[in-house]
Amino acid sequence: MNLLIANGRVLDPANGVDAVQDVLVQDGRISRIGRALRAPAGVERIDATGKVVCPGLIDVHVHLREPGHEYKETIASGTRAAAAGGFTAVCCMANTLPVNDNRAVADYILARARVEGVVRVYPIGAVTKNLDGAQLAELAELAEAGCVGFSDDGRCVMNAEIYRRAMEYALPFGVPVISHAEDCHLAHAGAMNEGIVSTELGLPGQPAAAEEVMVARDIVLAELTGAHLHIAHISTAGAVRMVREAKARGVRVTAEATPHHLLLTDEAVRSYDPNTKMAPPLRTKRDLEAVVEALVDGTVDCVATDHAPHALSEKEDEFAEAANGVVGLETAVPLLLDRLVRPGTLDLAALVTRLSVAPARLFNLPGGSLSPGANADITVLDLEEPWTVNPTRFRSRARNTPFAGLIGRGAPVMTIVGGARVMP
Amino acid sequence: MAWKRKDLLSTQDLEAGEIAEVLDTAESMKEIASREIKKVPTLRGKTVVNLFYEASTRTRTSFEIAGKWLSADVINFSASGSSAEKGESLLDTAKNIEAMSPDVVVVRHKASGAPALLARHLRCAVVNAGDGAHEHPTQALLDLLTIREKKGALGGLGVAIVGDVTHSRVARSNIHAMRTMGMRVTVAGPPTLIPAGCQELGVKVSHRLEDVIADADVIMMLRLQHERMKGGFIPSVREYSRVWGLTLARLERCRPDVLVMHPGPVNRGVELAPEVADSRYSVILDQVANGVAVRMAVLYLLTGSKAQ
Repeated sequence: MNLLIANGRVLDPANGVDAVQDVLVQDGRISRIGRALRAPAGVERIDATGKVVCPGLIDVHVHLREPGHEYKETIASGTRAAAAGGFTAVCCMANTLPVNDNRAVADYILARARVEGVVRVYPIGAVTKNLDGAQLAELAELAEAGCVGFSDDGRCVMNAEIYRRAMEYALPFGVPVISHAEDCHLAHAGAMNEGIVSTELGLPGQPAAAEEVMVARDIVLAELTGAHLHIAHISTAGAVRMVREAKARGVRVTAEATPHHLLLTDEAVRSYDPNTKMAPPLRTKRDLEAVVEALVDGTVDCVATDHAPHALSEKEDEFAEAANGVVGLETAVPLLLDRLVRPGTLDLAALVTRLSVAPARLFNLPGGSLSPGANADITVLDLEEPWTVNPTRFRSRARNTPFAGLIGRGAPVMTIVGGARVMP
Repeated sequence: MAWKRKDLLSTQDLEAGEIAEVLDTAESMKEIASREIKKVPTLRGKTVVNLFYEASTRTRTSFEIAGKWLSADVINFSASGSSAEKGESLLDTAKNIEAMSPDVVVVRHKASGAPALLARHLRCAVVNAGDGAHEHPTQALLDLLTIREKKGALGGLGVAIVGDVTHSRVARSNIHAMRTMGMRVTVAGPPTLIPAGCQELGVKVSHRLEDVIADADVIMMLRLQHERMKGGFIPSVREYSRVWGLTLARLERCRPDVLVMHPGPVNRGVELAPEVADSRYSVILDQVANGVAVRMAVLYLLTGSKAQ
C-alpha cells in the first residue's frame, strides 16, 4: 500500500496541478506530492516518466448485472473491466434481479463488492419499486445503505407526479435523481433514431423528441422541487440546449454523455449490427456535434459509459429483437484520448475533470483529486500507448462493443485503488 | 455485364446495369412459361431453400415455381411447425440449414436486416424475399419488368407510389430501383404514413392523391398494412379509403395510358376500388406472372456466378 509514483506529469484538476511531480502513497492514502520526493524504506517506486498521473477515474453509470444476471456480468468481472479501463470507482444501476429497490439488495451488492470487487462500487437505488413507475422505493433506507443516487435506469418514470414526489422525498439525502429520459410512448418500438437512416433500413425509429420531452419535463420538475436532477446519457442537440439553458437559469441540473454518443452516429447502424443498438439510440451528426460541444463547454458535466453487458445470444439476433446496450468500461478512456483529446477537440485536463472530479462532486463521492489525505485512487495514462479494441480480451464477461477492431493511441496503463495496484 | 454478387439483399446498391441484366434475363425466362413442358435443366442438382418466417402465398409460391421450372430442388421451410416456433434463433436455424449445403436460401422475415444477418454468416447465396419494412428487391424488379414491357423503356417515366410508405418494403425497393433507372418518383399518403426524411431518398412527397396521380405514367398503390399498425397512424380504414382509395372516378381524370400496379394482396375497397383492380388499367396479374420470371433470373444469376 506504499508507493512512490515518480516523475510523472501529475494532472490534478481539482487542485489546479499540472506539472511533473512525484506522488507518495502511504497506508492507502495520498501522503505527499512534490518534486524529487525520497521514497522511505519499503516503498515501491514506480517510474511514471512520460506518463500522466491523475485522480482515479469514476464512471457513474454502469450495469454490473449482479444479482440476477450473472451470465451477462458479475461484480467480479465488471470491476475487473473497470480496473482495466482505468476506473477506480463505478456507480452501478438498479435494474438487477431482484431490483435494487430495498436495503437488502443494496447491502448485498456492497457486500459482494467488498469480497469480489477490485474497484470501489457505489450502488444507485431504484426510484420506484420494481422499476414499475408506480410506487416510490424506500429511498431513505437505500440512501442509508449507501446508495449515491436514484434511477429507474432502463425505464423512464412516466408518471410525472411520482417523479416529482421522488425528487422531493430525496431532497434531504443530498443525492441526485437520475433521469433516463425516454418517453415510452414516443419511443414506442423504436429500435434506432428516427430519420433518413431508419427510413432506409426499414427499422422502427424513435424521434429525438422522445428524449427531449422528458428532459423538458424533468427540468420543470427540478425547478418545482429544487432537486438535483442528473440527465443520464444525454444524446440530442435539443436536450443539450435545454440543459444549457436551465443551468444558465440556475436550475440544479447536470448531465452525462457516453463515449458512443460522442463518437458514433446512426450511420453506424447501416450494418444492422446489434452492437450499434442502445437506448438512447445513436443519433445524427448534428446531435453528436452538439453533445461534443456541450462536453467541451461543460454543459455536459461528465462522461459515463452506460456499460451494458449482454450475452452473445442476446445480441446476435435480428436488430429489432436484440437487447439494448453496449459495454464501455474497457474502451472509453482509450477512445476518448485518441478521438477527442489527440485531435485537440477536448483538452486532456478537461477530459480528466469530466472523468474524475466532476462525477465525484455530482455524486458526492470520495476521490476525484490527489489531495494529501485522500484515498490513493490513481490512474496512470500513457498518451502514446497503442491499442486495438479486441473484445476477446475483455475482462468483462460481455463482448458487445460497436468499436471492435478500432485502433488508436493513448490508454490507461495503471490503476491504483486505495494504494493497491489493480491494473496491470 | 456479368453478375458478381453473392446475395440479393436490396435494390439500394444495385447499379443500372445490374438491374437491366436481371430484367433481360427475366425476359428470356418468360418463354419457358409458354412451353407445354415448363422445365429446363439449368439448375439441376442445385438446392433452393425457401426460409419463410412470415406468411406469404404468392412470393413463396413464385420462388418455388421459379426454382422448379429451372429443375432445382426446392425445399420450403416455414416458421410454423419448424424449430423457429420452438425458440431457436435465426442464426442457429441458418447454421443448421447451411450444414445441409443449399445453394440458395430465400428468406422472408418480419425483422429488417434478417437477410443481411444470414448473408454475413452463410456461404451460400441469400435472397431477400422481404424483410420487415426494409426491402423486397425481387418485387421491385418484377415491377420494373412489368413497366418496361408495357411502356417500352423506364427512363423519364413518372411514378406515383401511394399509401402506407412507412411500413412498405415494396416502396423502398421500388424507390431505389426506379431512381437508379432514371424514373421520377412521387410518394403520397397521409403524413403519418410517410417515413422521416423520405425526400432524402430522392423522391417528391405529396399529401394529396389527386395531385400526384394526374400526370403519372404509373400509379403504384400500396397495401394498407393493418397488421403492422400499432398506434394512431390513421383514424379509420373507412376514412383512409375515402381519402386515399383509388376509384374509377379518380382514375378517369388520369392519363389514358396510366398503369395501375399493386404488390398484393389487395385490400379491395380500401386502397383499390374493386372495379379498378379489374379494369384495363390494372397490370396486377402481369406483375404476378413476371414475378416467376424475375425470380428465375435471380436464382440463375446467383447460382451461375462464383461467389467471391
